[in-house]
Amino acid sequence: MASQIQSFMAQGAQMFLVLAVAPAAAGITRKVKARLTRRQGPPVIQVYRDLLKLIRKDSVLAGNASWFFRSAPYVIFALTWVATALVPTFASGLMFNWAADVVALVALIGAARVLLALAAMDVGTSFGGIGSSREMMIASLAEPATLLVVLTTALTAGTTRLPEVAQFLISQPLEIRVSFALAFVALSMVALAENARIPVDNPATHLELTMVHEAMVLEYSGRHLAMIEAAAHLKLVLYISLIICLFLPFGMAPLEGEPIVWMIGLGAYLAKVCFSAVALGVWEVSIAKMRVFRVSEFLGSAFVFSFLAILLAFLSREVLR
Amino acid sequence: MMVERPLDILAVALAIYGGAALLSLILPRRLLGIVYPACILAAILACAADLSVLAGQADFKAQLPIGLPSVGLRFRLDGLAAFFGFIVNLGIAASSLYGIGIGKADLSKRIEPFYPAFCAAMNTVLLADDAFGFLFFWELMSLSSWALVVARHEEAECRKAGYVYLIMAAMGTAALLFAFGGMAGAAGGYGFDAIRAHKLTPLISALVLVAALFGTGSKAGIMPLHAWLPLAHPAAPSHVSALMSGVMTKVAVYAIIRIVFDLLADPPWWWSLPFIILGAATAVGGLLYAVQDRDLKRVLAYSTIENIGIIFAGLGLAIAFKATGIVAAAAVAMAAALLHSLNHSWFKSLLFLGAGAVLHATGRRDLDGLGGLIQRMPKTAFFWLIGALSISALPPLNGFVSEWLLFQAVLAGPGFPEPILRFLSPVLGAMLALAAGLAAACFVRAFGTVFLGRPRSKDAAEAHEVPFVQTLAIGLLAVLCILGGLFGGFSAYAIGPLLKTLAGTELTGLLNGPTKLSLIAFDPERSIYDAPTIALFVTLSSITTMLFVHLVSNRRTRRAPAWDCGFPDASPATQYTASSFSQPLRRVYKGVVLGAVESLDMPPPGDLRPGHFSVRFYDYAWRNLYAAPAEALLAVATRFNAFQFLTIRRYLVLMFCTLIALLIVTAVWM
Repeated sequence: MASQIQSFMAQGAQMFLVLAVAPAAAGITRKVKARLTRRQGPPVIQVYRDLLKLIRKDSVLAGNASWFFRSAPYVIFALTWVATALVPTFASGLMFNWAADVVALVALIGAARVLLALAAMDVGTSFGGIGSSREMMIASLAEPATLLVVLTTALTAGTTRLPEVAQFLISQPLEIRVSFALAFVALSMVALAENARIPVDNPATHLELTMVHEAMVLEYSGRHLAMIEAAAHLKLVLYISLIICLFLPFGMAPLEGEPIVWMIGLGAYLAKVCFSAVALGVWEVSIAKMRVFRVSEFLGSAFVFSFLAILLAFLSREVLR
Repeated sequence: MMVERPLDILAVALAIYGGAALLSLILPRRLLGIVYPACILAAILACAADLSVLAGQADFKAQLPIGLPSVGLRFRLDGLAAFFGFIVNLGIAASSLYGIGIGKADLSKRIEPFYPAFCAAMNTVLLADDAFGFLFFWELMSLSSWALVVARHEEAECRKAGYVYLIMAAMGTAALLFAFGGMAGAAGGYGFDAIRAHKLTPLISALVLVAALFGTGSKAGIMPLHAWLPLAHPAAPSHVSALMSGVMTKVAVYAIIRIVFDLLADPPWWWSLPFIILGAATAVGGLLYAVQDRDLKRVLAYSTIENIGIIFAGLGLAIAFKATGIVAAAAVAMAAALLHSLNHSWFKSLLFLGAGAVLHATGRRDLDGLGGLIQRMPKTAFFWLIGALSISALPPLNGFVSEWLLFQAVLAGPGFPEPILRFLSPVLGAMLALAAGLAAACFVRAFGTVFLGRPRSKDAAEAHEVPFVQTLAIGLLAVLCILGGLFGGFSAYAIGPLLKTLAGTELTGLLNGPTKLSLIAFDPERSIYDAPTIALFVTLSSITTMLFVHLVSNRRTRRAPAWDCGFPDASPATQYTASSFSQPLRRVYKGVVLGAVESLDMPPPGDLRPGHFSVRFYDYAWRNLYAAPAEALLAVATRFNAFQFLTIRRYLVLMFCTLIALLIVTAVWM
């Protein structure tokens, strides 16, 4: 019973932790980018202020926007939030993360993306269509790559449940696995594409024919836009958490831990998220955005990497039979 | 509910189907609508009978003294037949409910008499317990559906579809004839029990497999035998399309399961190879065409091909696992194939009936002429959205249940002793993952262009919602898609006895999870998916978020013209069309598998004529495997045509030469 309460609390804490951390991660990346390009940049807390400001503003809807357009942001946010809350972050013994394994997790992200792509087409503007069509092109390559990456790690750990995968990796001696290295590269590439980051998309651009994510949300404003933005921040944290959980789970607290272990787990997680956000900022200023139609080559190679990873995992002897 | 004599109830249902077919021959045209309530009644009765057998797992047999001498016409209702009977009759019930809403003007002597006959034929194929009866009813099913395809024979497109379908159906039945002939052997016991007892040499059974795959694959739509589906399924009236695509393809799946897992029994492991390879290729190939096509019903037909590919891949994995003794994984793969058959029949019927509603409301099914129907047909749009999300395998809807099980089966792949299978299973996993991504793109495109945006034509702008019974039929299927998704664990539990007979074991981990409704492939520690919990979480967090936002915000919403980056264009033609939506995908996959030809006619500067851009795309399989041989045959036939108008002397010379040639051959041979 005590462990039940503990895991329930862990689950609750996690739900609010990711919600609290998500805008900060985006803020840190933005700040790092600004500093590296010799600008002052907005403070990290600005992202929170922006969200609050957007929520408080009037929402302006296009004349022909349907019920789908109005309700989609909430569902997209909820789907992303639930998905993020199901990835073990600081502790692995969460109350409800048995409800969805990695396959279901990838599908949950897919559901949020499909709803956003549909919402983009609702008003019937050319930009919405551009964004939606490109997003689905990117997703049609990124989603299989993600799936193959998570299946690779699941195969090695002998389970598709994330907490067990993390526990398995912690219990293993530290060694370089070729399949994991390939999977890591592939997942990082996919994470860049899925979060509309350079070189696939530019989160800071508007009025440019190369934009993808921003084109989709162009018609949103006010509280609806706030939901979409918050979901985007959450998705970034989700991918960072997923990479951490699959490849760097060290420091994560097990279920039967003392409070001090939990604090260590929390500290380790926050440090890892900070580091990832900084690394993302450095990466974004050091590379140029690519043309939309080179994205397929970029993601195609991610797909090939992930395929090689799973192939190696299947054929290697270390797989648990 | 246990029914004492399910076969009797099925006989009553069949009698109703048959009676409706005969009655509709003599009824005046305006009264023909009566066949649909009759079919619903029969379908409900049959569903009840099938369900009771599925729960009880007893076999029921009957024999009629007609048919082949000494064999008779045998019927048998076992778990497998009952499961597919449930799929078939539920699909019939939904389509018939939709059919009630068909206007009096659209009733026709070319449709309504054949509809119940088609329903009856599909039921009897499942019940047949001897080769003769099976082939007879199979052919009856093909012919009655062919009659429905050519119902609008005045359109050239329908005639072509009917022609191609007839050829493919005839070839398929011929292949099945060889398959059963091979299985029965020279002694010729055509009852299924005699076939089961008859042991085949490996060579013969391999030939039987090829023939059976050809026969059932051509009906189900396995590539490259799929060419007739995108022609014939859309050509039929929409409620018949729903039956052909959602249900008849499952009868073909039933046939291959019956042959491979029951009649031949204990297939060797390499039999899985054609299933896995063809299934994976079909899954991805079908979608690549689906994502390009501009006709709503053709998109759905191509998507059926994809789903059949997934089912065949699942069957292939089941064969491989069973043959190598990994029964737990065989059960998972089999459960994936069976549940995907069930789920696909629901959402594909939903989507086809919805497409029928769109066709009825607007008179068109070209994606580029529709749009904005969510405003004019809100109910159809909502239900179609659920169907589209289900078929894209998104949780918590039903398409994801079978997809999830299939991935779990793929993950058991490292257990294979054969290196080829160990290599193939990640390839299959990659192809399935690719198919899942493409399916989402395909249905975002379809729903987005048909129901969202602004109307692209006057027809779409003036659309109206279809009659209540039709939205009811679509809505009930949508409810089934949701329930099937939430209670996937229950469905997997319910088919347990069937899995035991086909794969050797049921899903043993099912009830060991944190809740009784979790879907568990092997054991809860290894993998688990709990749709109700996820659905609850998502619902709760949406509501909480909405409440919170409404608490903080000023709740004001203003309506204004679309922003569109400051340059809104009033013309709906500026929207993305279905063709423009698929352009990035076309560009990615062009040359690999797609036969897309883009032509751009750009006038030089100063020239005032308008520029033109057009995309044509063709089916590789159609061009190379159907059209090219047909042309070659025609060319040869034209050459031989010269022999038709010879003088009698020349004919005599020809006969003389033939005689000499034959004599020489005989002389050399001896």
